[in-house]
Amino acid sequence: MSVCEEISHPQTSAARSRGLRGSALLFLACLFLLTGCSDEWGWYVVDPSTKSGAVNLKFLLQGYWYTLALSLTAIAISVVVGLLVALPGLSSSPWLRGISRVYVELVRAVPILVMILWVYYGLPQMAGISLSVFWAGVIALALSDSAFEAEIFRAGIQSIDKGQYEASHSIALSYTDTMRYVILPQAIRRILPALGNQFIYMLKMSSLVSVIGMQELTRKANELVVTEYRPLEIYTVLVLEYLVLILVVSALVRWLERRLA
Amino acid sequence: MPDTRNRAVIRMDEVVKTYGDFYALKGVSLDVMAGERVVVCGPSGSGKSTLIRCINQLEKHDSGTIDVDGLRLDGTKASLESIRQNVGMVFQQFNLFPHLSVLDNLTLGPMRSRGLSREKAVALAHRYLERVRIPEQAMKMPRQLSGGQQQRVAIARALCMEPRIMLFDEPTSALDPETIGEVLDTMVELAETGMTMVCVTHEMGFARRVADRMVFMDHGEIVEVAAPEPFFTAPESNRAQDFLRRLLSH
Ligand SMILES: Nc1ncnc2c1ncn2[C@@H]1O[C@H](COP(=O)(O)OP(=O)(O)OP(=O)(O)O)[C@@H](O)[C@H]1O
Ligand SMILES: [Mg+2]
Repeated sequence: MSVCEEISHPQTSAARSRGLRGSALLFLACLFLLTGCSDEWGWYVVDPSTKSGAVNLKFLLQGYWYTLALSLTAIAISVVVGLLVALPGLSSSPWLRGISRVYVELVRAVPILVMILWVYYGLPQMAGISLSVFWAGVIALALSDSAFEAEIFRAGIQSIDKGQYEASHSIALSYTDTMRYVILPQAIRRILPALGNQFIYMLKMSSLVSVIGMQELTRKANELVVTEYRPLEIYTVLVLEYLVLILVVSALVRWLERRLA
Repeated sequence: MPDTRNRAVIRMDEVVKTYGDFYALKGVSLDVMAGERVVVCGPSGSGKSTLIRCINQLEKHDSGTIDVDGLRLDGTKASLESIRQNVGMVFQQFNLFPHLSVLDNLTLGPMRSRGLSREKAVALAHRYLERVRIPEQAMKMPRQLSGGQQQRVAIARALCMEPRIMLFDEPTSALDPETIGEVLDTMVELAETGMTMVCVTHEMGFARRVADRMVFMDHGEIVEVAAPEPFFTAPESNRAQDFLRRLLSH
């Protein structure tokens, strides 16, 4: 196993994934210790070997679907919006820069929970439209996140040497082609770790959409707690659900970084 | 066919370029004929880069006029596009696209701005890689090449646009001494094809060999214009004498 890692190359990545696995093991060890130390635990609520436990567990796991659907849709939209906000922010026109700046400052100032409430309860009334819980969640998360994506893109694009623009001009590339073929491919490689971070953040923030009734992981756990009265076990499962999700995603991001490096 | 001999393809008249209240060019006038090779030299900060960057409008001049191939450079989009189609540029730092293979570096311009098909662009790329004598490097990434090879790729990239004029801004200054020669050889060969060239360089051997005229700049002005032999053996101005003495003493 470690042989493959050594071959697949940098030592740091092997060390990193060892670190990752180490911390996961440590976390699980703590959990089991806790379990052993107390007789307050009643794992029967989610014991898959019993019928009711299996039903409960399945109920909880179903939350993955919406957590993922919500986060993936929201991040896709927010990356595009973030880029569209970042580009005018880099223009030489003070007007365009101003618009970009105002957007970032405004959106960044609104707490995510407040954004969710406003988009779900306020926006439909203001715009005279109806929004499903899912789309309200997507819009709120994407809006909030887009300000941060814009800042990430701006920094990434600014980090590209100005010689790259000059070389592009010298072979008569248009602005769009310069961005598309020269600047963005290099910038995206550089900001990939930051984008990955942002996606992990998004996965966690999606739990807030539970307040408007979205049936994602957190909402499922809340609902089960109300009927089963075992918050300790159910929320512990919830913690583990997020942990597994985020470890998998962060491994995927690392893999992608290595592929594109 | 228009008469290409004795026709100025670059005409700069009283060109002024400022950065803030600093005058990088203080009213520079220069004509370059079709097929002519002009070498620009002068001390650091004298405005050599600014001069040639104004020719392809990487820098916009403040006043005065520049005409390239009969086209007035007035900052409009059309003039920018035309100038960049017709004028190739080679930079001191190569400025290759590090994420693209050598071949893709060469085909990007022809495909995206000249609208050539991929096949034609690839054929063109191979032809110019051959010309700069590195046909076997097409599939490599720029970072896998030596400095001299990278600079020759950069020259080939500019040539793939099939420009009428080539500009060079100290193309050998960032190179190891042992690879300078191969880049200069490439430039000499290019000069022999009759390309109009404006080179900023301190490679005096190269200048002697290919230059039709030497242009000496100092403090944002053209101080002296002369054929290479008289320029090197008996420069007229004191400033050029000082400059050459310092250059030779190193
Ligand atoms: N973007 C800029 N902003 C402010 N000043 C600049 C800028 N670019 C160039 N200058 C100034 O203009 C002057 C001329 O610069 P230029 O690069 O043309 O000199 P050069 O002759 O090419 O020098 P070198 O041999 O060092 O390359 C220098 O004094 C430089 O400091
Ligand atoms: Mg210079």
